[in-house]
Amino acid sequence: MQSQRIALVIACLIPALQVRAEEYVVDQINKSFVMTGKPITALKLKKGDTVSFKNGDPFFHNIFSLSELQTFDLGSYPAGEARAVKFEAAGTVDVECAIHPDMHMTVEVE
Amino acid sequence: MRSISFLTRPGFFLVLACLSWGGAQAGILDYRRPPILPPPAGNESTPARVALGKVLFFDPRLSGSKWISCATCHNPALGWADGLPTGIGHGMQNLARSTPTVLNTAYNKFQFWDGRARSLEEQALGPILNAGEMHRDIDGLLRDLSAIDGYRTMFAAAYREDGISEAAIGKALAAYERTLITTEAPFDAWVEGNESAITDSAKRGFVLFEGKAKCNLCHQGFNFQDDGFHNLGLKERGKPDPGRYAQRALPAARGAFKTPTLRELSLTAPYMHNGAYATLQQVIDHYNRGGDVRTNLSPNMHPLNLSTTEKSDLIEFLGALNSTNPLTETIPILPQ
Repeated sequence: MQSQRIALVIACLIPALQVRAEEYVVDQINKSFVMTGKPITALKLKKGDTVSFKNGDPFFHNIFSLSELQTFDLGSYPAGEARAVKFEAAGTVDVECAIHPDMHMTVEVE
Repeated sequence: MRSISFLTRPGFFLVLACLSWGGAQAGILDYRRPPILPPPAGNESTPARVALGKVLFFDPRLSGSKWISCATCHNPALGWADGLPTGIGHGMQNLARSTPTVLNTAYNKFQFWDGRARSLEEQALGPILNAGEMHRDIDGLLRDLSAIDGYRTMFAAAYREDGISEAAIGKALAAYERTLITTEAPFDAWVEGNESAITDSAKRGFVLFEGKAKCNLCHQGFNFQDDGFHNLGLKERGKPDPGRYAQRALPAARGAFKTPTLRELSLTAPYMHNGAYATLQQVIDHYNRGGDVRTNLSPNMHPLNLSTTEKSDLIEFLGALNSTNPLTETIPILPQ
């Protein structure tokens, strides 16, 4: 009976001990990638984490990657809208805007 | 009328600029003349480099036919463009795209209509070596320039380490092109507080530019461009042109082209990447329709419902972006 209780407690603790996937928010402001108010050119995160790209400019952005590791095209979206990407593989992913290609950052997935 | 007058006062926009975070909301300060982009390391501007670039720019011996110079298409007498819908290249062949002005390319983060060059140094060599344009082989060009005393002297003074080389030709042309900047326009004087520098119609046009007509979604800042690429829904005038798609194979890039400057428009007709429109009235009508072709159309494009007066006001505003005394140039005697 005692051992069953211990097993139950451990079983309950396992999900809590697992590392939760993070969700990051990267803004697009003045045609730059910005995080918590500061321009960024690189973001480190863990496999399974998600980045939400939020358009803070009054015009459209179109965030994409054509990296070998992971390709995605979030399409064009307007001011205030955000679109998210889950990074599933370890390595470096180049992220750009299809409309404003001077916007560039890397996501380093550990 | 009073409210329009108030909105168009530079002071009003100065306040806006101070209040707006990071300038995301365009304020009048965003239209002030900034410094040009810094040249790449190793090509800092010197008088010798600019002088070399100038003679190279005007020298038809840079082409395979010895008949076409950079200035043939980028003619200083025609707003540093050619006045044609699309350029004419080697053997009088019609090219696919309009010749863009060289003016203010020093502000551009991307060169060519499709942005395939990041620097003026890289761009300058493109048309020289392009088979359809100046049709020159680099070995022949270096051999010919090396045989000219005047060029040997000028290259030695400007680029001692590079010598007469492909790299030095690109650098010199870029150094010269960075000096080709538009001079003050009435709009600039108005930005600095001279209320009478532009007409009331132009002031109304500016309000439309930033408001109902939404021009500033792409035409931003001093040079009225955004280093961006947009599909404007133009009808094709020849075989379909992929535009930016050739550099980035994405739906939004198909048929998208770089936003050009709006300065000196009175000198640089016809307009658009394919020279589709001879007049600014036609350009405004195109935007007012929201474009003609819906495929991959920029989401910025929508019918604008502008009145005849509003269109006139916009054109009046664009006229205020023409330099009061446009940049002039003396044609150099070429090295012999």
